Amino acid sequence: MSINYIPRRFTVVRDKELCINCGCCVRQCSNECHYYADDGKTALVNSNACVACHRCVDMCPTGALRIEKYVCDYRENANWTPQYQQEICRQAATGGVLLSGMGTPKPYPVYWDKILLNASQVTNPSIDPLREPMEIRTILGRKPEKITVEKKGKSTVEMPPQVILETPIMFSAMSFGSISLNAQKSLAMAAKNLGTLFNTGEGGLHPDLKDYTDCAIVQVASGRFGVHKEYLQNSRFIEIKIGQGAKPGIGGHLPGEKVNVEVSNARMIPEGSDAISPAPHHDIYSIEDLRQLIWSLKQATHNEKPVSVKIAAVHNVAAIVSGCARAGADIIAIDGFRGGTGAAPTRIRDNVGIPIELALAAADQRLRDEGIRSSISLVAAGSFRCSADIVKAIALGADACYCASAPLIAMGCHMCQTCNTGKCNWGIATQRPELVKRLNPDIMHERVENLINAWNHEIKEIMGGMGINSVDSLRGNRLMLRGIGLTEKELEILGIKHAGE
Amino acid sequence: MKRVYAKEELCLNCRLCEVYCKTAHSQSKDIIKANKYEDPEPVSRVTVCGDKMLSAAVNCRHCDNPKCVEACITGAMQKDKKTGIVRVDEEKCIGCMTCLAVCPFGCIKTGKFAVKCDLCCTEDEPACVKNCPNRALVYADFGGKG
Ligand code: SF4
Ligand code: SF4
Ligand code: SF4
Ligand code: SF4
Ligand code: SF4
Repeated sequence: MSINYIPRRFTVVRDKELCINCGCCVRQCSNECHYYADDGKTALVNSNACVACHRCVDMCPTGALRIEKYVCDYRENANWTPQYQQEICRQAATGGVLLSGMGTPKPYPVYWDKILLNASQVTNPSIDPLREPMEIRTILGRKPEKITVEKKGKSTVEMPPQVILETPIMFSAMSFGSISLNAQKSLAMAAKNLGTLFNTGEGGLHPDLKDYTDCAIVQVASGRFGVHKEYLQNSRFIEIKIGQGAKPGIGGHLPGEKVNVEVSNARMIPEGSDAISPAPHHDIYSIEDLRQLIWSLKQATHNEKPVSVKIAAVHNVAAIVSGCARAGADIIAIDGFRGGTGAAPTRIRDNVGIPIELALAAADQRLRDEGIRSSISLVAAGSFRCSADIVKAIALGADACYCASAPLIAMGCHMCQTCNTGKCNWGIATQRPELVKRLNPDIMHERVENLINAWNHEIKEIMGGMGINSVDSLRGNRLMLRGIGLTEKELEILGIKHAGE
Repeated sequence: MKRVYAKEELCLNCRLCEVYCKTAHSQSKDIIKANKYEDPEPVSRVTVCGDKMLSAAVNCRHCDNPKCVEACITGAMQKDKKTGIVRVDEEKCIGCMTCLAVCPFGCIKTGKFAVKCDLCCTEDEPACVKNCPNRALVYADFGGKG
């Protein structure tokens, strides 16, 4: 070892009594931790490269493997923690920016865990979702400011395009390139069967997904990869990506080695070239510029597609959301700082942006105060871990929620946070054919559907308990929420009362 | 008849089909005993060929006109008229391995006598199909006389 040595994170433990030396682990670990002894039979392991993705653990037919945390103690120091020392060591050796995948693992407050939900007792009846109709259908799009009706009762208002979802849950943007085609296809299949939408991210639409265009959100990001007229037209709605919760203010960089023929075709860039998304859109420097782009996209699609603007949750989020609404956005997606990513500079991921709970509450309140809340739809994003998080987000003012990490976990992801290495053992964040084939869309779309169906049931059950039979009555209904262990200021921003009040 | 078909585009080269075939054809039917302690060592009827880039589980096609049956010198190798399954009668097999020499797919294995896939006769789904983690094996009837 040398001065560059960083103690490994995990130890792979093989129970010799259980191991039958079948070699499955040897053939499955893309980090090549497992290998054979010279006899070609006995499985050995070197844990140094283990990222705790659990592929070998899950595949071992006898349950012989276990991953343990490896502890190499440093002298205790609450300031210079081992992690900071190791990161310095890594940078001292390479001179490079630290990169990570997935959302921030830092212990910032999760406000969902400090908000409690209400239920009916005595004074108003709760509803049994198994016996009575319970509506979770969600409609996104700009709503007319007022309704005018002709004598016979027919509306004379021309309705802007609307998007009907059978659940308030959509799949957030994950581009082909950052995730595999099989992963994207699984999401597309699930979206179609669930009556919701998936999002192409900024990677263009692969021809294999042409059957799923009616459940696709197509993104227009700063790199404008794969954007052409048919791409825009083959969609349910168009999303202008301004920012991403995991890396606000930062562009994207898909390294050339991940740009294979397929990725290059979908993105319309040469094979092997780095796909660089600039930090800003070079034609958007103001709300007026944004208005122009929204207008152009609507023109290109004959005003048939709603246009969404996705921004990262940052300090002035409420004012920015208001500006986007006035620039003509029909849908505004706010991505909180715990949101996931294929690759982000670690320092940005862990330090920039604000929690979605506060951003959502502030934006919803601002739009209400300005009297324009009902004209647009708000979509919240940035780490929804369960159905209760979704219910709380809707009660804080979201029309719908974007989920990405949860469906990825349903497809096998174990949050090893090394998406950026392109060696995803579960075939998700990789373009290597031998790994991509591990994700069979026929299996995975079923698992994603099961997950969302389970969440739908739970949402109905929670709503029923509150005595609410429609998601429309839950939306922005902050009386259903109470804070626990929050300061006056936090309660004020969230617009909720403390438990007991 | 229903046969086992391999989908090479989904095969992971994990070779769990071999482990479970071996277990299904062991005395104990216990995965640890079968793969570690049993003597004689059980034999997997299915063989995964290839490497991590391209692999497929090769198993007996239960041919319509099986060469192994034709070649068998004792009549031990028979194709069941009802089920279409090609099986070795262990009482009759003398271990001459003529069948091994003629099978065009290399699906006869050597044990004490000729060993081959019996489609896990008693089960409704063969062990390899049931335990393939990526649905790279399907048990289906895509035609053929049987
Ligand atoms: S997969 Fe399990 S049983 Fe097979 S060699 Fe690895 S540890 Fe042993
Ligand atoms: S990296 Fe994943 S597959 Fe490899 S040893 Fe660690 S947990 Fe197992
Ligand atoms: S179990 Fe399935 S995926 Fe694994 S080697 Fe056999 S056929 Fe291939
Ligand atoms: S052992 Fe070979 S020849 Fe005989 S039935 Fe099977 S595939 Fe055909
Ligand atoms: S059908 Fe049964 S005997 Fe034949 S290869 Fe599969 S597991 Fe083995």
